[in-house]
Amino acid sequence: MGNPHEFIGIFVFSFRKLTYGREQLSYLNSFNRAATASGKAMTALQLVLTGDPGLFAIVRLSLLVSLGAVLFAALVGVPAGALLALTRFPGRDVLIVILNALMGLPPVVAGLAIFLLLSRSGPLGSWGILFTPQAMVIAQTVLVTPIIAALTRQTIEDLWVEYRDEFAAMGIGPGRRVVTLIWDARFSLVTALLAGFGRAAAEVGSIIIVGGNIDGFTRTMTTAIALETSKGDLQLAVGLGLVLIFIVVVINALAWAMRHAGERYAG
Amino acid sequence: MRAQASNLPLTFLDASIVARDVIILNCVTLTVASGSPTILIGPNGSGKTTLLRAAMGIIPLSSGRITWGDRERDRPPNSAIMFQRPAMLRRTAAANVRYALAASSIPRAQRRERTAELLTLVGLHELGSRPARSLSGGEQQRLALARALARDPSVLFLDEPTASLDPYSTKAIEDIVRTVSARGVKVMMSTHDIGQAKRLAGDVVLLHRGRLIENSPATEFFATPHTEEARRFIAGELLI
Repeated sequence: MGNPHEFIGIFVFSFRKLTYGREQLSYLNSFNRAATASGKAMTALQLVLTGDPGLFAIVRLSLLVSLGAVLFAALVGVPAGALLALTRFPGRDVLIVILNALMGLPPVVAGLAIFLLLSRSGPLGSWGILFTPQAMVIAQTVLVTPIIAALTRQTIEDLWVEYRDEFAAMGIGPGRRVVTLIWDARFSLVTALLAGFGRAAAEVGSIIIVGGNIDGFTRTMTTAIALETSKGDLQLAVGLGLVLIFIVVVINALAWAMRHAGERYAG
Repeated sequence: MRAQASNLPLTFLDASIVARDVIILNCVTLTVASGSPTILIGPNGSGKTTLLRAAMGIIPLSSGRITWGDRERDRPPNSAIMFQRPAMLRRTAAANVRYALAASSIPRAQRRERTAELLTLVGLHELGSRPARSLSGGEQQRLALARALARDPSVLFLDEPTASLDPYSTKAIEDIVRTVSARGVKVMMSTHDIGQAKRLAGDVVLLHRGRLIENSPATEFFATPHTEEARRFIAGELLI
């Protein structure tokens, strides 16, 4: 009972006993499994709390790749979404449907396409960035851009309907309209960026193809979790999983607080 | 805020607007001269809002002409409009006014002072730092009025500015209308409220089903209406 791993195991075991009331042999197996899982979790927590350099290198790269992808996707997606919201041209509806569909683009397909583009025999093979973090940023940017663009398009279009008459009355030109709409929708667009970050942070399929999951170079939290799980070594996987969840929660909380404060100030 | 005589009279010549085979304005011919407010009255769907928007160049005419100072222009010079349900920009009340000043090419150095003047004029000087969307309905209408006045218009169109406001807020808006009118701004305003028309109007224009029914000085309109529709409307009967 002195060992915290055993304590958690017994707690889980007791819960199962109360819940299911299985036979004696099953109780023993449940106890062993629960104790093992909780032990992994505690070890993982120790890795986090002691600032394990290997773990933090992975966390750092993951954040750089995901935030970099969100940054580039925002630079492309926000103006593109705004432009799509404010312009009318033949085929616009088809483009909106395609853009919305691309929000569900399978990561492995995106990864494969980027892989083919960046491979030595591909059109961008001369860049020599396959199996580098840059390739991972490109792959995630491809995945995140449609999400940000589609959500921006919807947000800006809704606001445009509200502001249209005022712009006409004030004689606001097209350029200023776009800037005003993006600025006034900034708090709603944070949600679009968060959706993009959520996609990037949780993504594994494309970056494992174009990054190669090279230890110390292109290994991120999600690729490491996949690898460690397949090896059966769950300590790092669980630790990384905890960190990943923590980061996502913290970033969402910060964004929520920022949005809340901004809305209170500017409406 | 001074009337520029060259912009007036505002004239509608056989102005018609048809949308999806529905006639919204039907051959309206009307001259709006400088002076005290011109009040547009009529039931819902009579074309009041459309007439004001057409005057501002927001809705194009299907046929006919609009001239300002006897000259045809794509966009009216020195005019502003306040909508029945104005959209508040997602920023503070003062920033809303500053935005309108910037849109009117007022130099940055003058915007702060002009913003303070306009907010004072509409009685919102203490609420400048509040988010515009958190203001009450009446305050939002007054802010929209300040924004419209930021264009320093010689002609101000007001589309039912007091619809669904309480008497206190209505009085506040009417007082501002009187103030700007006294400063030489030509006000053209639509309303359902006969009492309001009596309080503010120099001239009254009655519209019904897109047609101009009657246009006369307010005293004459209310004392001796020339048409059956005007008589019924003044009597408070339903004009259907």
